[in-house]
Amino acid sequence: MLGPGAADVAFEVNGHPASVHVPPHHTLLDALRDELGLTGAKRVCDEGTCGACTVLVDGRPTYSCMTLAVACEGRSIETVEGLAHDGQLDPVQQAFIATDAYQCGFCTPGQIMSVVALLRANKAPTAEDVHRAVAGNLCRCGAYPGIVEAALRAARARRR
Amino acid sequence: MKSDHARVVRTRVEFEGEITDELALIQGDDVEAWPEGAALEKVGRPTPRIDGASKVTGRARYTHDLRLPGMLHVRILRSPYARARVRRIDASQALALAGVRGVLHRFNAPKAAFRGEETIFRDEVRFVGDEVAAVAATSEEIAAQALRLITVDYEVLPHVVDLEEAMDDASPRIDEKGNVEEAAKHERGDVAGALREADVVVEATYRTSTQLHNSFETHGAVATWDGDLLTVHESTQHVFGVRQGLQAALRIPYGKIRVLCENMGGGFGSKGGVGKYTIIAALFARELGLPVRCVLDRGEENLAAGNRSATLQRVSVAVKGGRITALAHDSWSNAGQGRWVADPTGPTKGLYDVPNVRARSYKVMANTGSLSAFRAPGYVEGTFALEAAIDEAADRARIDPLELRRRHAAGEHDPMSGLRYSLKRLIDCYDIGAKEIGWSRRKPGGLRGSAPGTRRGLGMASQLWGGSGLPPAYAMVHLNPDGTAVARIGTQDIGTGTRTIIAQICAEELGIDVDAVRVEIGDTDSPYAPISAGSLTVSSIGPAVRLAARDAREQLLEIAAGIMEVPKTELRMQRGSIGARGALRSIAKVFEDLQNYTVIGRGARMPNPEDVSMKTFGAHFAEVEVDPRTGEVTVERVVAVHDIGRVIDPLTARSQVQGGVIQALGFALTEERHVDRATGRVLSTSLEIYKVPTVKDVPKIVVRFVDVPDTEANNIGAKGLGEPPIIPTAGAIANAVSNALGIRVRHLPLTPRRLLQLVAAAEAEGAGGRGAARPS
Ligand code: FES
Ligand code: FES
Repeated sequence: MLGPGAADVAFEVNGHPASVHVPPHHTLLDALRDELGLTGAKRVCDEGTCGACTVLVDGRPTYSCMTLAVACEGRSIETVEGLAHDGQLDPVQQAFIATDAYQCGFCTPGQIMSVVALLRANKAPTAEDVHRAVAGNLCRCGAYPGIVEAALRAARARRR
Repeated sequence: MKSDHARVVRTRVEFEGEITDELALIQGDDVEAWPEGAALEKVGRPTPRIDGASKVTGRARYTHDLRLPGMLHVRILRSPYARARVRRIDASQALALAGVRGVLHRFNAPKAAFRGEETIFRDEVRFVGDEVAAVAATSEEIAAQALRLITVDYEVLPHVVDLEEAMDDASPRIDEKGNVEEAAKHERGDVAGALREADVVVEATYRTSTQLHNSFETHGAVATWDGDLLTVHESTQHVFGVRQGLQAALRIPYGKIRVLCENMGGGFGSKGGVGKYTIIAALFARELGLPVRCVLDRGEENLAAGNRSATLQRVSVAVKGGRITALAHDSWSNAGQGRWVADPTGPTKGLYDVPNVRARSYKVMANTGSLSAFRAPGYVEGTFALEAAIDEAADRARIDPLELRRRHAAGEHDPMSGLRYSLKRLIDCYDIGAKEIGWSRRKPGGLRGSAPGTRRGLGMASQLWGGSGLPPAYAMVHLNPDGTAVARIGTQDIGTGTRTIIAQICAEELGIDVDAVRVEIGDTDSPYAPISAGSLTVSSIGPAVRLAARDAREQLLEIAAGIMEVPKTELRMQRGSIGARGALRSIAKVFEDLQNYTVIGRGARMPNPEDVSMKTFGAHFAEVEVDPRTGEVTVERVVAVHDIGRVIDPLTARSQVQGGVIQALGFALTEERHVDRATGRVLSTSLEIYKVPTVKDVPKIVVRFVDVPDTEANNIGAKGLGEPPIIPTAGAIANAVSNALGIRVRHLPLTPRRLLQLVAAAEAEGAGGRGAARPS
């Protein structure tokens, strides 16, 4: 194979240090799923159109299939696996369950990460804000009404 | 005493519009359905999914997520030609690549039967995407690289990909018998006479486009052999169907095959059985002695994993004296390389009480990927054409289109079989929906829109589907000493919440909490259950689960009667306890002296009644705003009303309806597979180009259920809901747009370009005197 060989990359995943040895063209999604066994983020299109691979990179919702793993050196990555603490689900996760904001659940990890990022930036989002936040997260099952409801519900729960 | 002996019965079953008599093995006796108004504690209550936590934490494991030690990866070489003979394959360079473990193609692969053919790699490939060879390697990347090192010598043959071109006698023949084949026909009454004598006759041609499922989890399997035992993890709607396909392909006993599907990322009809990728994974795994993963990528998914056929439909409606006197419907569907075809004339034959009906449906073969069932196959396409034509007839006859339908919707007998309906509340659906949408605002010619130049319209369409379920289906319920239970059944959850409804039914019968029931599905080592398709899961497995739980309960009561020294008939089981007149004892307490005992209940789905017709009905109402200058259609509101018998979980049922409406929205407005006629290549293989609805496209969706149990259908009174909500939406939207603009919509999806063409055509015609395109 041409080009530089595999390199060590160190970053933080869900608050813990992690390092992977990956070729430079491998994506963050490859690293998470194949190297670290974090299969919550899903590969649906692998080209930045569906949002199923969304994770937070330094707090920003990011398509991990469009992000090179080597570009994540020193960054902080958050995935759906890291949201619950001590067996306690994040309010967004709880709201997704309460409003049935999924069907097959395949897009769900990505949807949840987009909503989590929204609620950190905006404590009282409108439905319009939610639409904008998850506009890049497709759902083939059409769970959108529940997703919007879940985001608004989680925001309310957080404010209390 | 219950009759425990197994016996074979004949039962009438309906699957996706086809009614057949089948034999089924059953055991035990049935119980009466819970009556209307029964005081149920779990069933009918909004219940969040019991597997919700696994889905929101990323813990839910899908086939895609499986990583087994030593696992190899497969990539498939697919034909770049729409039709060609594979003359020679040279894989030596690919095999020489470091990391490549094997290559399979038609010259070295063992025989493996697949859908009536003897081998999975054809000598004549018949669509762009047809399997030519497969490579197994230590990584997907290496396998993909190896594909480029395989040289194939093709003899390119003439092809045809387009439906209407394939129907043309001058086009290349794919099959010796021709490209067009009759698939279904029905005639009742005197259609020609009714057309002759009618006051108004509408005759119009409708077209729908090929829709791609785009399940988020692409098709795929992971196969592994332990000695002679094959285990396959597959994203599938039917684990038992995959097992059967593997048995046929590999000629090994059922006892040596186990198929698992813990979670699946959507299927929508396309994951009904074994795939070539499954067989390829199993063959490589056997040959190489390691687990093998074969998962399609998004592009392959949209080439070779099925689709909803494009259709060409001609519909005639005759109206006389304010009633529809005849319907005629001819339909041609592009089956691609499929061996069957769905029937778009189903709704025309059975939805309305019309005395004179003629329906014919044809399968057309072409050099494109095979169709596969796509959520209400045929009925989505056919309902659009039928309901658009009925609206056109209503406009011409100056009758409110809902009123015209009402005159044909109250019949108590199925016009196809003559049998009485077990339950039919279509008129209720109309009443509820009309009120909710504000149907009285509808005016012929539409309403003014919210912005200058825009128009607003209302439209509706009705829905007919089966969904009554069928045997065989079996369930087992294990009741543990602490009062918790495990339900085992070989069904699978396509995403509708199957585990949760099983837990609800179990909990209801056992008088325990829903949380106290663990549900094990997706495993062929569990009792048999049918395919999760055709809206038949709840109505097939639900009654079996109820009987299994009941069997466990009866056994426990028997034991408790002995221990408590109270006659069994006086004992009740509720809230985790067993009691009789004041004395209450927890299940755990009853078990105390029995050591580590498990009560095992069994249940079988009983046959369907012979003397009734069991259907689901519904109506959707749409309100749209249209900008005739940009061609943009905004669907503002959809009211979806369904009559599906008892609703087991209103929470997940609502999701299913919303999901159906949204998928239909894509079918109506944006989703279309584009194929290049010259090369046969699919141009819309990515989610960038193929437009599925996004959150911003979604209208306000109001979901209503009639929610009256069908107590004749089965012991839980429920019918299916998978397909009903996708069936009438496109018709309702098309009719709303027609109402808004006074232009007939006859071609879906109604993209801005198509709408602008319609507007331009209507204006051109209007210039020469108000033409037939406008309602009189
Ligand atoms: S998989 Fe990354 S955006 Fe689709
Ligand atoms: S829940 Fe299935 S894709 Fe969103």
